[in-house]
Amino acid sequence: MRCSSSKPTSEKVDGFTRKSVRKAQRQRKSQGSSQYRTQSAPVELSPLPQLKDTPSAEQQELFMQKLNQCCVLFDFLDSVTDLKSKEIKRATLNELVEYVSTYRGVLVESAYPDITNMICTNIFRALPPSDNPDFDPEEDEPTLEVSWPHMQLVYEFLLRFLENPDFQPSIAKRHIDQKFVLQLLELFDSEDPRERDFLKTILHRIYGKFLGLRAFIRKQINNIFLQFIYETEHFNGVAELLEILGSIINGFALPLKAEHKQFLMKVLIPLHTAKSLALFHAQLAYCVVQFLEKDPTLTEPVIRGLLKVWPKTCSQKEVMFLGEIEEILDVVEPTQFKKVQEPLFKQISKCVANAHFQVAERALYFWNNDYILSLIEENIDKILPIMFGSLYRISKEHWNPTIVALVYNVLKTLMEMNCTLFDELTSSYKAERQREKKKEQERDELWKKLDQFKLGNAPLVQNNSHSIPSVQNNNNNNNNNNSNNNESQEATSTPSDKDLAVTVEVEDSTPCAK
Amino acid sequence: ASSRCGEDSHGKLYKNDTETQLYSLKMYSIIHIFYSSYHLWKYTIYDEDEVLLALAEQLGNFTMLVGGPEYVHCLLPPLESLATVEETVVRDKAVESLRKISQEHSPVDLEVHFEPLVKRLASGDWFTSRTSACGLFSVCYPRVSSTVKAEIRQHFRTLCSDDTPMVRRAAASKLGEFAKVLEPEYVKSDIISLFTALASDEQDSVRLLAVEACVSIATLLPQEDLETLVMPTLRQAAEDKSWRVRYMVADKFSELQKAVGSEITKNDLVPAFQNLLKDCEAEVRAAAANKVKEFCENLPEDNREQIIMTHILPCVKELVSDTNQHVKSALASVIMGLSTILGKDNTIEHLLPLFLAQLKDECPEVRLNIISNLDCVNEVIGIRQLSQSLLPAIVELAEDAKWRVRLAIIEYMPLLAGQLGVEFFDEKLNTLCMAWLIDHVYAIREAATCNLMKLVEKFGAEWAQNTIVPKVLGMANDPNYLHRMTTLFCINALSEACGQEITTKQMLPVVLKMSNDQVANVRFNVAKSLQKIGPVLDSNALQTEVKPVLEKLATDSDMDVKYFAQEAISGIQSLL
Repeated sequence: MRCSSSKPTSEKVDGFTRKSVRKAQRQRKSQGSSQYRTQSAPVELSPLPQLKDTPSAEQQELFMQKLNQCCVLFDFLDSVTDLKSKEIKRATLNELVEYVSTYRGVLVESAYPDITNMICTNIFRALPPSDNPDFDPEEDEPTLEVSWPHMQLVYEFLLRFLENPDFQPSIAKRHIDQKFVLQLLELFDSEDPRERDFLKTILHRIYGKFLGLRAFIRKQINNIFLQFIYETEHFNGVAELLEILGSIINGFALPLKAEHKQFLMKVLIPLHTAKSLALFHAQLAYCVVQFLEKDPTLTEPVIRGLLKVWPKTCSQKEVMFLGEIEEILDVVEPTQFKKVQEPLFKQISKCVANAHFQVAERALYFWNNDYILSLIEENIDKILPIMFGSLYRISKEHWNPTIVALVYNVLKTLMEMNCTLFDELTSSYKAERQREKKKEQERDELWKKLDQFKLGNAPLVQNNSHSIPSVQNNNNNNNNNNSNNNESQEATSTPSDKDLAVTVEVEDSTPCAK
Repeated sequence: ASSRCGEDSHGKLYKNDTETQLYSLKMYSIIHIFYSSYHLWKYTIYDEDEVLLALAEQLGNFTMLVGGPEYVHCLLPPLESLATVEETVVRDKAVESLRKISQEHSPVDLEVHFEPLVKRLASGDWFTSRTSACGLFSVCYPRVSSTVKAEIRQHFRTLCSDDTPMVRRAAASKLGEFAKVLEPEYVKSDIISLFTALASDEQDSVRLLAVEACVSIATLLPQEDLETLVMPTLRQAAEDKSWRVRYMVADKFSELQKAVGSEITKNDLVPAFQNLLKDCEAEVRAAAANKVKEFCENLPEDNREQIIMTHILPCVKELVSDTNQHVKSALASVIMGLSTILGKDNTIEHLLPLFLAQLKDECPEVRLNIISNLDCVNEVIGIRQLSQSLLPAIVELAEDAKWRVRLAIIEYMPLLAGQLGVEFFDEKLNTLCMAWLIDHVYAIREAATCNLMKLVEKFGAEWAQNTIVPKVLGMANDPNYLHRMTTLFCINALSEACGQEITTKQMLPVVLKMSNDQVANVRFNVAKSLQKIGPVLDSNALQTEVKPVLEKLATDSDMDVKYFAQEAISGIQSLL
């Protein structure tokens, strides 16, 4: 480079700091919930007697009072006000949690409305706008719910309530209804992972106990996913919902209903296209595999579906897809495998030849899997011709030595499977290459002739084969073998590069030409 | 569908005179080509969303290709299937094309071909087709018979209470548009109940779309009905528990204000607006702050000043010291506009302190927004009132660590210079403008160069000769080659504004001297500069001074220098 630097200083530091540095500087924020505004006058709480010190006849009455007391909400963004009342509510909630989990016979029918009312008042709220609009769940710290000290206990209480042996779904269903579930599902968008974790367990319990709500819950999850895929591309709780679904799918009766199959094909497969796939891929792949274990005939549509949404530019996602394919192949039936082997191995052959070594490596790892190996061996006459070209080429050309070594092993394995076919393919491949080389040579010759023709006609541009005219650019691509080579290499630093593009010089430097 | 279309063309082919026959024959073949490619798509290869998108778009322009409006219904089957795909962009484009070609259908065709398609989509199994249907009702409604109209209204009603939120959202977003094509009696009987239902939907994403529809609906109703039919819903939306809905109300506030008229504005919207300005979510406050000026402008003139002074201004004052910088910066982008509404005295007494406070805000964006709107105040009280506070603010922004901030302030320099006058500029700002020329970010140096050019255009060549040209030329001897190149870039920009005299006498010698620079980048930029300033020079200078230097550069050892020297030689050839 002609502009190598010699004076490494710059007086001013520019606004470009590394993302991580910026992140570190920003203090960890927690956020309030939009709910506080609903309450007008501040309420001062006064402590009630302990439940355990009260005669059992009066306990129920006190229980209600305590539930009501816990319906008062506090502003946690303001950490100095209402300290006393906040502490009273915390202690009361603690006591309530203990009360519903250890005492028997406390869940009388008349308590249900107050219990659900307390829960709804505390947890159902409009989630506040995200502090960080380009929140990257993989890198950023999530914004935490500021009223968690109370909210955690309310969630805990709800869970214990549902798990109480005396809990009666038939009574509770008047309160834990579709509206309740809908609001619960909306909370899965919370940025706070602690909250989502609670929600996951709670929704699972509700799904287990309320048979009448099952179809509704599935449908609403469906809607959330569709909205996530096609409209907002943003929902924090996808992984948690998929985790619940994983165990739901596990319990599906056979034969699978059309509704479930539609969910697989129209929701789970398109979910693979999401940008944030990395956040929930493990759970998603688990769901897909669950479906295939239930009903192997779904293998073909699923694999074809995955091939259709196969990532074209994102290597990280491609690695995940390959992982999922391997999980699927682990459980595939040989007859189903035969139906998809051709399109599937065409894709795998592309992956093996991928310039990104992690993609290539992940694909080559398939050959370490004994079951997959046996499937390949069974269908070697179909698969080897598809794979051969890529593997052979990569064994000669790939930049990464690990990949080359892996490819050699794979080629060896394949050769052992069917030696004659391998030899045939080798010789036909060589003939093919010869033909291609000849063609290329002819093309080169032609370009050279054209160049000479041009030399005579256009003296001005002759020395500047790197400059703008597009014909010449094409020219360069095919021209690399001739003596111009040095010059076209230089073309990477064309003059126009030097003064455009450079928005930020790294440092002020004295001239380089010395 | 394809065979139906084929039959039509066949029928035409053998019935009429030769000319029509010929024409039909042509069209028939085109239809065939089109259909074969459509089938190709449908059954084989083109399963890529990108291709589908292009197809959906192109089909909207196919009317002439299939034989004109008479045959336009042939386009419906492919568009219908495109309108049911999952990918939103494809579907939307298909609906757009359907809307377009609906206009080319005759009323009969609309009922025979188009309306059944809308019905099929509206009762489709999967949500995609029903969402697409929502966008098609309003285009066919005005041109069909009253029985069909009744059916369409019924379909729309059904979709408004669809059990998938995606469909309800689509319906809610088309509610206003549909209301516009309906007869007034149905607006009252049908639309209002749908509007009320959607505005209290369980999903906030549906409710907020109803707010948008509110604007169109309110415009359609007579003033006396607004209070009973629209206002309860609107009040409820302004206090919705979801901030997204309140945000939407804030965002659409000016439109709503115009739609409901001045009486309701005074009684209802003013308090609602105050609440939005004090909302607990910064997003909502920022959206409301953005509307402050427009809201005030559109207040009824008779007591506008009184409303602003007693109701709006106190909220605005609080926002100036809001905790959220987006809120402050939204306010800063409009607050200056209030001065025109309130007049000189109020501005000096009430607004000026706010401007000054915002000029000292810790967030550069706030300061920048104030500075970028100075022209509003300038008209009312003159900029001098502000200049004492302005200067430190400008200087600080000029040295901000973020180059984008520096860039933004540079762009306001010509405007500021014009308003502050040449003396003030020379005294206070000139040094800043020169300092930017040696900024370490290229974009800033480039903007600074451009800024100089604009200043010269404003203040004239003589000013340039006395103040900036010497400094620019002085940089030609700087040890840093980037600074030397900046000299050349400045010369490129300034030569025309400075005129032949200055260019030939002062600039050219410097450029020519730099042709011996040891850095190739400088040398080929000399070639470029010479080409650039060529038109300003006289042919004598070109012949005797420029050309020899370029010829020498054309034999330079560096390939790029050679190239640009040759370019320049051929560039100035015509001037000689």
